[in-house]
Amino acid sequence: MEKLKATGLSKKEIVEAYRMIKLGRVLDERLWQLTRIGKSSFIISGQGSEVGQVAMALPFQHKEDMFLPYYRDMVASMIWGMSTKDILLGSLGKQEDPSSHGRQMPNHYGSVEHNIVSFGSTVTTQYPLATGVAYSAILNEKDYVTLVTTGEGSAAEGDFHEALNFAGIKKLPIVFVVENNEYAISTPVEDEFSGKKLADHALAYHIKGDRIDGRDFAATYLAFKEAADYARSGKGPVLIELMVDRMTAHSSDDDQSIYRSDDELKALRDNDVIPVFEKQLIEEGYLTEKELDDILKEVTDEVNQATDEAEQSPDPDVSELYKHVYAHTEGGR
Amino acid sequence: MKELTYLEAINQAIDEEMARDKGVVVFGEDVGGDKGGVFGATKGLAAKYGDRRVFNTPIAEAEIAGLATGLGLMGHHAIAEFQFADYILPAVNQILSETTRMRYRTGGDWTAPVVFRTPYGAGVRGGLYHSQATDKIFLGQPGLRVVTPSTVYDAKGMLKSAIRSEDPVLFYEHKRLYRMIKAEIPEEEYLVPIDKAHVIREGEDLTVISYGLTLQYVLKSVADLAETEGIDAEVIDLRSLYPLDKETLIKSASKTGKVLLVTEDNLESNVMSEVAATIAESALFDLDAPITRLAAPNTPTVAYAANLEKEFLVSEEKVRQAILDLAQF
Repeated sequence: MEKLKATGLSKKEIVEAYRMIKLGRVLDERLWQLTRIGKSSFIISGQGSEVGQVAMALPFQHKEDMFLPYYRDMVASMIWGMSTKDILLGSLGKQEDPSSHGRQMPNHYGSVEHNIVSFGSTVTTQYPLATGVAYSAILNEKDYVTLVTTGEGSAAEGDFHEALNFAGIKKLPIVFVVENNEYAISTPVEDEFSGKKLADHALAYHIKGDRIDGRDFAATYLAFKEAADYARSGKGPVLIELMVDRMTAHSSDDDQSIYRSDDELKALRDNDVIPVFEKQLIEEGYLTEKELDDILKEVTDEVNQATDEAEQSPDPDVSELYKHVYAHTEGGR
Repeated sequence: MKELTYLEAINQAIDEEMARDKGVVVFGEDVGGDKGGVFGATKGLAAKYGDRRVFNTPIAEAEIAGLATGLGLMGHHAIAEFQFADYILPAVNQILSETTRMRYRTGGDWTAPVVFRTPYGAGVRGGLYHSQATDKIFLGQPGLRVVTPSTVYDAKGMLKSAIRSEDPVLFYEHKRLYRMIKAEIPEEEYLVPIDKAHVIREGEDLTVISYGLTLQYVLKSVADLAETEGIDAEVIDLRSLYPLDKETLIKSASKTGKVLLVTEDNLESNVMSEVAATIAESALFDLDAPITRLAAPNTPTVAYAANLEKEFLVSEEKVRQAILDLAQF
């Protein structure tokens, strides 16, 4: 593991990064609880990728750069500006949900206020979309960068090829990410593609590409810092394959014990990326056990308070169903 | 007044809107450079507005649609060309799942105004894959507008409106009409609404509703039958295939009591099926005859051999006969 000092981040910044990682885990667990008790109907979880997500998102300029996330990118979306309450409003389908105002399933993040483009469920369609977002920077002669993510299962879609091909031609200021957790729902990675590394696809488009261990905070941070700088300087697109874990089933409608062995699941739990990161933080002198406990309490309080606020937030009025079909007329009736 | 072809009117509309709004961008397969599209709809634009705003894309229709939509999200207005309406199919997921649903799925927070232009239609010996009207795939998709101009005047005025629309617009252009029809159109700027049907000719005896190439046959037949048989037909150009301008259609059907629907698409499950349902639902007791449909047979699409193509297509003779039959019902 790369030493955290190598990131060049201050102690305060590293501690804040950890706080977001821990907040992501506690919030994710809350979303599972809300689903189990029937207050939400669905969760698709990012547990196991929090360290990679935070280290990926941190090096970008969140006020200028654009983000097109996929459904596991809750913590990355929060680094871009979404709040704990925003996430809960989406899970509960409330009017104030900034992602969709109660229209999409949970975890389909978006926020016009925070430069996060709405995500639909048809995986990989965000890749061509992101090339349009990125091309606008060239047209506008601005230096904002676009970050777009998807899972490794989705990289088999034709949209993946079309977007990378075009981005290479136009040298777009864009960072493509494939978060590889080695399962597309239940389909193991060997049934998804034949190569050893998805990052090798970059060679075919003559763009920069690399595989990064998303369990290694400093290595991930540095890789994305370099990628963002590279894209921003006009050198062209970057493809990063970010290796992460998927601790939970694909979603609350899946049971991964059917297709992953007990040993594999035990090894996942034993190597949970967050305790591993906590150990590193202690060893490298960033935090003490006591401070870790304090942060846990702090983020738990934040999640509890946000849950209360989100639950009290009004549901959409039924009339909302008919709005925003067209710009100037209402559809549906 | 200046005489232009339908194709020249399209080119002029894009040119004027690019001059008016720096956010307008044009791209597609063979659209840029000196070629300016396989039909020449974008000819001259790359030289005038530069390769950043007018450019070729790879043969990648999903990318074309996604690129246009992403630009729309960022405040640009892309005019993306699909070379033939037959080739739009790889982009269906982008157009329906992203472009069409963006406004709705974000409660209006993110919007993606785009114009997707595409030449459609038969009568050019284009065989199966250069003749189709693929519009039926996109009808009944709230959030998306599907329109088609059928006159030179409308080709320019409707395209300009589509480019200024805040909604995504799928803009079908009949490729047979590109060079077949010419008309004098005003040199000063004008716009034509993309959400209203057009009553081209008022009449009392029956209503003929059509669009595209078959509308030309309708107009000729109606003029001829007015003179020779004294039939006073009302003619409506649909203009908007989705959503339908129901009010105009129902009003005319109620007035004349006889309705003929003409399209070059296959008989079943085309835009006229919805027009028929709309009229049946709202004007049934004003009708004096069953709603009549004239369309192509239910074979997959056009065949190449000249006699097979002729057999498939709705012709001027078939239109004339259908109007006569309905008038005499």
